Amino acid sequence: MKMARTMKFQKDGSVKMFWNNLTIEPEKMERYLDIAQSSLLPLLEGALVYTLPLTLITFSLGLMIAVLTALARISTIKPLQWIARFYVSAIRGTPLLVQLFILFYGLGSIGIVIDPFPAAIVGFSLNVGAYASEVIRAAILSIPKGQWEAAHMIGMSYSQSLRRVILPQATRVSIPPLSNTFISLVKDTSLASLILVTEMFRRAQEIAATTYEVLLLYTEVAMLYWIICFILSLIQGRLEHRFDRYVAR
Amino acid sequence: MISVNGLHKQFGNLEVLKGIDVKVNKGQVIVVIGPSGSGKTTLLRCLNILEMPTSGSITIDDETGDFSKPVGKRKIDLLRRKSAMVFQHYNLFPHMTALQNVMEGPVIVKKLPKAEARKKAEQLLNKVGLGDKLDFYPHQLSGGQQQRVGIARALALEPKVMLFDEPTSALDPELVGEVLQVMKDLAGEGITMVVVTHEMRFANDVADEVIFMDEGKILERSKPSEMFTHPKEERTKQFLNLIQ
Ligand SMILES: Nc1ncnc2c1ncn2[C@@H]1O[C@H](COP(=O)(O)OP(=O)(O)OP(=O)(O)O)[C@@H](O)[C@H]1O
Ligand SMILES: [Mg+2]
Repeated sequence: MKMARTMKFQKDGSVKMFWNNLTIEPEKMERYLDIAQSSLLPLLEGALVYTLPLTLITFSLGLMIAVLTALARISTIKPLQWIARFYVSAIRGTPLLVQLFILFYGLGSIGIVIDPFPAAIVGFSLNVGAYASEVIRAAILSIPKGQWEAAHMIGMSYSQSLRRVILPQATRVSIPPLSNTFISLVKDTSLASLILVTEMFRRAQEIAATTYEVLLLYTEVAMLYWIICFILSLIQGRLEHRFDRYVAR
Repeated sequence: MISVNGLHKQFGNLEVLKGIDVKVNKGQVIVVIGPSGSGKTTLLRCLNILEMPTSGSITIDDETGDFSKPVGKRKIDLLRRKSAMVFQHYNLFPHMTALQNVMEGPVIVKKLPKAEARKKAEQLLNKVGLGDKLDFYPHQLSGGQQQRVGIARALALEPKVMLFDEPTSALDPELVGEVLQVMKDLAGEGITMVVVTHEMRFANDVADEVIFMDEGKILERSKPSEMFTHPKEERTKQFLNLIQ
């Protein structure tokens, strides 16, 4: 393996130049590449087992909470409005990290012990729910009143109007802002490292601690986050395109 | 077919309908005219219960709603089913094709089997001259075409009464004719219609009677020939002079 790489680099003159200019001795470079390579698998494992599942699960749960919260906020039932407002205000008014600490360390200290991963699921879901509810509420309110009326006119109930007429249109409006929420969430899951979830960033920290190659590991993990987010933004573009079918341009 | 008695509608302190009494017979085409703000739209919306009347009663076909007391959801549903509305701004569902717009009511509300609803929707779109636009989205259609989809969507509900609220007033002049023609055809089929419009030609040619509304009341009702040549009320004269 090592041989193969050395040979590959020897073939390429410019890389050699690069080494010389930066005065990185080949041995050092080898060590970097070695660590970068051997850390890749644990990092990807952290991403596949924790970062991505955490993101996907909490985003789905968060969206459900968000739709319910948005509906509560626009409902005419006052107590529902109050609960929704209180929830959104509390979540948006406090740091995510503090929320996670309360859920994990705080509750743990009074005997309500939740494992790191479930604690993170609860924390991130509640967080996404609050932020996304504002997006969804705005999207629902942006649908012209005439759409509700046409739905009622053809005999639809409130929930039918919502499901068949309002939410499909609101979804289209929400995709760009919700994609931002989603991409932020991918990155925010790195905070779960602080409540002991061995997700991608925590793996990087662990490897950095044993190899002392701090800059290397953190740069590597940054690249991985970047790649994931880049792929997601491509998917976002496709989604937007699909939903644009029925919109005049 | 329609019988409205002592209908009142208030928005907060603003009384918009001040006791409306109307009877419309089966197959009649009634055109409602009147100045802006006189309550024409509100009257139509009350007939479809898009607006909850403050008091009075509405009977359409064999369904009566008495709004002097609270009216249940079920009753509203039954009464609403008797009429269908064509909106000034079409209000088509932009995320559905013309065909889907027309099928939506029958499939989702009346639980008609899809194939059957589709056949019916195709027939209706053919009837309004859009047989070749079934799979077009609203934004791909002209205003006149959109409004004709709106008419087909309303017809698909098989209402006893068709309500039209200024169906051509948002259209470019050259597109008005195609929509009026469809409405004329419907009138010819004996469908009961209440039409708010400023198209006096249409009123003259198609309406059985014309109602003049002013400040939340019906001031005058007569045959179009009479209304347009010998209006009884001073207000009607003023209004007709203004728009002619
Ligand atoms: N939802 C509402 N809330 C408060 N006031 C309303 C509402 N809808 C209508 N109004 C008022 O009721 C009055 C009658 O309105 P309506 O739309 O029925 O008049 P119209 O005869 O249809 O007028 P136009 O010819 O301009 O369409 C107006 O003064 C209007 O401002
Ligand atoms: Mg009006």
